[in-house]
Amino acid sequence: MHPADAVPRQGRARPPLRRRSLRRWSVRHAHGLARFYRGFARLLRAAHPLFARLGYARLEAPAAAIEQAVKATLFDCRMCGQCVLSATGLACPTNCPKGLRNGPCGGVRADGSCEVHPAMPCVWVEAYAGALAMRAGPPLGATLPPLDHRRAGMSSWLQEARGDAAS
Amino acid sequence: MLHPDDIGPTPSAPLPPLPGHVSRGRLERVLRRGEFAVTAEINPPDSADPDEIDRRIRPFEGWVDAINATDGSGAHCHMSSVAVSALLIRLGYSPVTQISCRDHNRIAIQGNVLGAAALGVANILCLTGDGVQAGDHPDAKPVFDLDSISLLHTIRGMRDDGRFLSGRRITLPPAVFIGAAENPFAPPLDYRPLRLAKKIAAGAQFIQTQYCYDMPVMARFMARVRDLGLDRRCFILAGCGPLASAKAARWIRANIPGVHIPDAVIRRLEGALDQRAEGKRVCIEIVQQLHELPGIAGVHLMAYRQEDSIAEIVHESGVLRGRTPWRRDLVARLQAVETQGAA
Repeated sequence: MHPADAVPRQGRARPPLRRRSLRRWSVRHAHGLARFYRGFARLLRAAHPLFARLGYARLEAPAAAIEQAVKATLFDCRMCGQCVLSATGLACPTNCPKGLRNGPCGGVRADGSCEVHPAMPCVWVEAYAGALAMRAGPPLGATLPPLDHRRAGMSSWLQEARGDAAS
Repeated sequence: MLHPDDIGPTPSAPLPPLPGHVSRGRLERVLRRGEFAVTAEINPPDSADPDEIDRRIRPFEGWVDAINATDGSGAHCHMSSVAVSALLIRLGYSPVTQISCRDHNRIAIQGNVLGAAALGVANILCLTGDGVQAGDHPDAKPVFDLDSISLLHTIRGMRDDGRFLSGRRITLPPAVFIGAAENPFAPPLDYRPLRLAKKIAAGAQFIQTQYCYDMPVMARFMARVRDLGLDRRCFILAGCGPLASAKAARWIRANIPGVHIPDAVIRRLEGALDQRAEGKRVCIEIVQQLHELPGIAGVHLMAYRQEDSIAEIVHESGVLRGRTPWRRDLVARLQAVETQGAA
């Protein structure tokens, strides 16, 4: 951008990451949590026949509510309905004010804080640390497609069970 | 001399196609010939006056291979990048049309890509864009339906597969040379070369970086880029520009997202009698060092309110090695010679 286009920032702090400490704990423990989730995902897939018999449509609302409660606590999840936590070092990218899905923008400040909200650490700097901790191939290597906005609010656990998860 | 491949039937017409080239623009030709390319950018007018474009490019006419038309840079409202590009093409110039994800969703962006290509745009730079908080409309709705990487992927799909993101077919795909930005100076520094690799995998063929004022950091970034072989898979143009004074440098560092200026540079400006001249001197030295840095294919000059200095920086740095980028009067003179020769 041009110098002419910059205006002094207002110290408008966003009230964004409500449970910052737990979110950070999750990123620090990305390796163990990711292993736990792989086991949980196996259980979900094994439960597919049962879920199918009960009816996925009937399960959607309660499953989404439970998923939101757990994931909002651990990751500040926004229920985009196409969870990519395992590809992003367990740092939820929907907390990025620019909604980036594929890594940090060029505006990250020297101290690792967000360009838009200086009081907030960059989601992707955390994701990179988490991805390194997960020790699963090149960190943040996968290119993720843009969000399908129709899926917002839907349970990605049920998608995992059905075998049509986003990642 | 002007290369014969860079002269079309008329200044504003696409150049005759060349094998192995995706576009019919000058920038791709200069880079593929292995010449050190120079690009610059203009701040688009806050005006509906088309002549404003002509006035803004005149100071560096004949010194650059392509001119970037920024897309609401810094989240400020200006003339649109596609319109600025069309006006540049009308004058015979080769624009790099910037497309940012901040203000348009995937439907609008893909429509703009087709429109830009139809108007003769040969180069598109894919950006995420600065947040709305940085601009004059902080109350605007930030769109960010795509990010720079999914934007690259989308435009490459339009060009190579002839399809929209939805899968629907495009009758004549846009023949564009696709670029992206990178900031080697923003954290996490270790990740930046990997992010560049991701952009190349998504379709980036050329890169324009953020302002470079720190050569050691740039050199470390490029060493990793070369280790990964990325400099052979895309053309990297390093960004630079003259700083007007130490005060301006401090202000830019504090207020413009992603610009890193080391204290040493600011101290050097402070110690100079003529800070503006020293700022230009620093820029020329950096351009010369970038020219020597393996893997760098060119420079991208951003000289806001110092457009006059672009010609001097390019000339004094000597990076063109006697080459003359396209310019209007040169083509007119060539045509005059041809006419006289024929008569």
